[in-house]
Amino acid sequence: MRRVSLLSAACAIALSGAAFLQAAPVRADDVITIVIKDHKFEPAEVKVPANKRVTLLVDNQDATSEEFESGEMKVEKIVGGRKQIKVMVGPLKPGRYPFFGEFHEATAQGAVIAE
Amino acid sequence: MLASLIIVFREVLEAGLIVGIVLAATQGVVGRGRWIAFGIIGGIIGSCVVAAFADGISSLFADTGQELFNATVLLIAVAMLAWHNAWMAQHGRELARDMKAVGHAVQSGEKSLAALAVVIGVAVLREGSEVVLFLTGILASEEGGIATVAAGGLGGMALGALVSVLLYVGLVQIPTRHLFATTTWLLTLLAAGMAATAVNFLAQGGVLNVGGAVLWDSSGLLRDNSLIGQALHVLVGYTDRPTEAQLIAYVGVVVGILLLTRWAAGNPPSNRSRVASPAE
Ligand SMILES: [Cu+2]
Repeated sequence: MRRVSLLSAACAIALSGAAFLQAAPVRADDVITIVIKDHKFEPAEVKVPANKRVTLLVDNQDATSEEFESGEMKVEKIVGGRKQIKVMVGPLKPGRYPFFGEFHEATAQGAVIAE
Repeated sequence: MLASLIIVFREVLEAGLIVGIVLAATQGVVGRGRWIAFGIIGGIIGSCVVAAFADGISSLFADTGQELFNATVLLIAVAMLAWHNAWMAQHGRELARDMKAVGHAVQSGEKSLAALAVVIGVAVLREGSEVVLFLTGILASEEGGIATVAAGGLGGMALGALVSVLLYVGLVQIPTRHLFATTTWLLTLLAAGMAATAVNFLAQGGVLNVGGAVLWDSSGLLRDNSLIGQALHVLVGYTDRPTEAQLIAYVGVVVGILLLTRWAAGNPPSNRSRVASPAE
């Protein structure tokens, strides 16, 4: 009896995990591209709609890897040299949200402006 | 060159602090050196593998593979820490006794050591793969080359190791009877902080869509990417802008582990007489 309930609990967890994965957004709308070149972001400031979840496409054209990080947006994601990543942010209240490249913090600085 | 040394140091520090706490927590347990070495070596090998397949991992699950991988790995460590603390609650008395009889092996302590080896392996794997990606990136570019990688890699690792040794030496100054209580708390808060970080990765990956509101902002007092903030982040899970979900995960894990250890302490192991029988 105990084994059965354990088993069904495990199944329930696995199923809800699968449901979660299904629920992960795959929509490609609202994609905003930020290019990394010579350890700088281009554009360094991007505007996004407020109160909406948006996807940033970080396109690293340098040979070195970079970590896209922002305390304000609570994101942290590595992008390899000459690779791209997608970072989902928001929904953000109107305001300015700085981000930086952790591996080249001196030059790699930028901000998302939600409005 | 200094920049790469600092970055490697920061990553090694994150894993090193965890190794320092685990070393202090297993003070006097026979066979711990082997298990901790397993954890570190396994983590280093794993971080090279993860770095090599980073792009593949990243593109999984609609480009949320990196987030889900980080969250999974952290949650495995949380489970191992909870299990270890429960085990310690069951066996703590025998351990304390055996520590006085120097060299007396604690039977079945290996299981608990294996759990902590996984925790170390996971910590080294996460931070190590960042180091590998960072350093191989520099090797691939024209800007630094081997000299930068060697200086950054070796210097950063040595500095990180030094800080974790200092933490360990500091912890073992605590008298033995308080040491277990202290390290149990440290491991509990470590687990809670890891759970809060895992929750953030789940939110970032779009898997968790509730509790995203930031509760407070203490970045004016202490930023979590400053060196002290980062050390506190590893040790007690400090975050300057915690979300509701992160706080719930943090408190939930602390309460969960407390209840689990209390329950385990009330259910002593059935093989107590065998474990506790003195050798002399
Ligand atoms: Cu790190």
